[in-house]
Amino acid sequence: MAGPTGASDLTILAAHDMADRLRAGETTSRDITAAHLARVRTTDRGLHAWLALDEDRAMVEAEAADARLAAARAEGPAALGALHPLLGIPVGLKDLVSVEGGQCTAGSRILEGYRAPFDSHVTERLRAAGAVILGKTNMDEFAMGSSTEHSAFGPTANPWDLDRIPGGSSGGSAAAVASFQTPLAIGTDTGGSIRQPAAMCGVVGIKPTYGRVSRYGIVAFASSLDQVGPFGRDARDAAAVLHAISGRDERDSTSAPVPVPDELLALPASDDEAASWLRGRRFGLPREYFVDGMEPGVAARIREAAAALEAAGAAVEEVSLPHTDYGLASYYIVAPAEASSNLARYDGVRYGLSVRGGGEYIADYLATRGEGFGPEVKRRIMLGTYALSAGYYDAFYLKAMKVRTLIRRDFDRLWADGFDAIVAPVSPGIAWPFGAKLADPVQMYLADACTLPVNMAGLPGMSVPCGLSDGLPVGLQLIGAPWSEVGLFRAARAYEGITAGAAWRSVRPRDLLALRDPAIATPAARAAAAAA
Amino acid sequence: MAPLTRADVEHVAHLARLGLTADELARLEGELNHILDQYARLAELDTDAIPPTAQVIELENILREDVARPSLAPDLALVNAPGRAGDAFVVPAILGGD
Repeated sequence: MAGPTGASDLTILAAHDMADRLRAGETTSRDITAAHLARVRTTDRGLHAWLALDEDRAMVEAEAADARLAAARAEGPAALGALHPLLGIPVGLKDLVSVEGGQCTAGSRILEGYRAPFDSHVTERLRAAGAVILGKTNMDEFAMGSSTEHSAFGPTANPWDLDRIPGGSSGGSAAAVASFQTPLAIGTDTGGSIRQPAAMCGVVGIKPTYGRVSRYGIVAFASSLDQVGPFGRDARDAAAVLHAISGRDERDSTSAPVPVPDELLALPASDDEAASWLRGRRFGLPREYFVDGMEPGVAARIREAAAALEAAGAAVEEVSLPHTDYGLASYYIVAPAEASSNLARYDGVRYGLSVRGGGEYIADYLATRGEGFGPEVKRRIMLGTYALSAGYYDAFYLKAMKVRTLIRRDFDRLWADGFDAIVAPVSPGIAWPFGAKLADPVQMYLADACTLPVNMAGLPGMSVPCGLSDGLPVGLQLIGAPWSEVGLFRAARAYEGITAGAAWRSVRPRDLLALRDPAIATPAARAAAAAA
Repeated sequence: MAPLTRADVEHVAHLARLGLTADELARLEGELNHILDQYARLAELDTDAIPPTAQVIELENILREDVARPSLAPDLALVNAPGRAGDAFVVPAILGGD
């Protein structure tokens, strides 16, 4: 049976519905996994959401999950109830998450052929929960970019419009979840790289509080900003993944000793019950996030979402985050500075591409890094190296760290005033056509103006679908105080509840079965046509 | 602040150990100056009395017990080495001669 996007009835389910059927013995992880692998095979020529699939390993993991389910079913309801909801459910990993023995390119030529010698913390936690890892998803090189066009292996297309970008840098993960290739995926977010592609592909994504999820085994970009988080098609699914991957890990010194809230697994199934949480809540709507040049359709959807929250009994007050406008400049000092330092490790000696330059040892470094890195990564390394170079540290890096304090204090004031969360746009626009922002890096950077202050302040931020503009998805951003992920998920689930009957909820990505046609253009060909 | 010159861009590329072509250097000169123009507005803010934020969580001195424990086996640590000699990485000579 084919669903509205051509997905089979197993792939169209939410992960929590798959979990229910697995426990009831109505289906198996093998069937679920095989259906998703088939879906990737038939649709990914036209999407290019994946850089690697490991079908054999996925089927072995699915078989192990089925064995655990059978044993628990034989033992009784208590044993079944103790299983993690991710048991037997497929998940995709952004290709910067280490899986022992597998590739981990970070979207870069410099890591082509590299094999991860160990599992990341996130990989370990997903395995412990029993999730089935399907493979690795496409991304902007070293997570630097907002469109996935900076992948060294070619761009990913947006499932809603194949001539448009899916957002980035975790564009492969977002597109894979939106196109029913996998119900769940992992991404990373340094300045918006989970929330922005989630918004543009119409799925749920959350960047957790800095310190919530260990980065051990994940390729570093900017270490004071990087955070790992999940994608799902609804709040409950994303919350279950966050539950699985969170928690203290002594191998990441920024991993905080904060308990993992079990409430993440107890979000209400009932729309009415979920919506009732809104009564008496207080949300701030920051005026500075309605930036110049914002698409009117996006601003309208955000204001409609705010009105819907009010109609359900919450207070939504216009607030000010006065230093928002300085976020972009300070972020584009801090992030490249940290990146230039982190990426110094790619020296062609211990792993990765190694090119002989001819002559002194420095020539080898110059040749290896000159050939191995793409244009956006080179730009950021140059910016960061300059900002940290002798004579400029105070003017750039120190100044940016001080502005970071001001940005954080803006948010702190709202939490002290008793706001439960901030509601805001994720991105000033919808998914743009391939190539539209490649010529001017600053235009690409501006796409993250509403997300990067959240990384600078270390806060949890989430994107939930809130309607369409010109037929393409718009994301509502929910921002909370540190460690308030449960509150954000309750708000997101409540918003799903009050909009469950909205007409836009029944609109899905285009019929992706057309992608089975071997003559369909690849995203790389579409991007090349756009550039011509 | 004075704009970056081509010589500045070449100097930074050398510090960053990036071998760039003449075309890349020319393009970066324009792009970096365009991006640096965006930074200028930070000067509008008086931050003399503001402490810097280097990281946002209040964790300090995260140390483990000072005891030996298993690490990556040499074969595994060397599995991606472009050049290997026994249990060691082959590194470029930095002192000259052979």
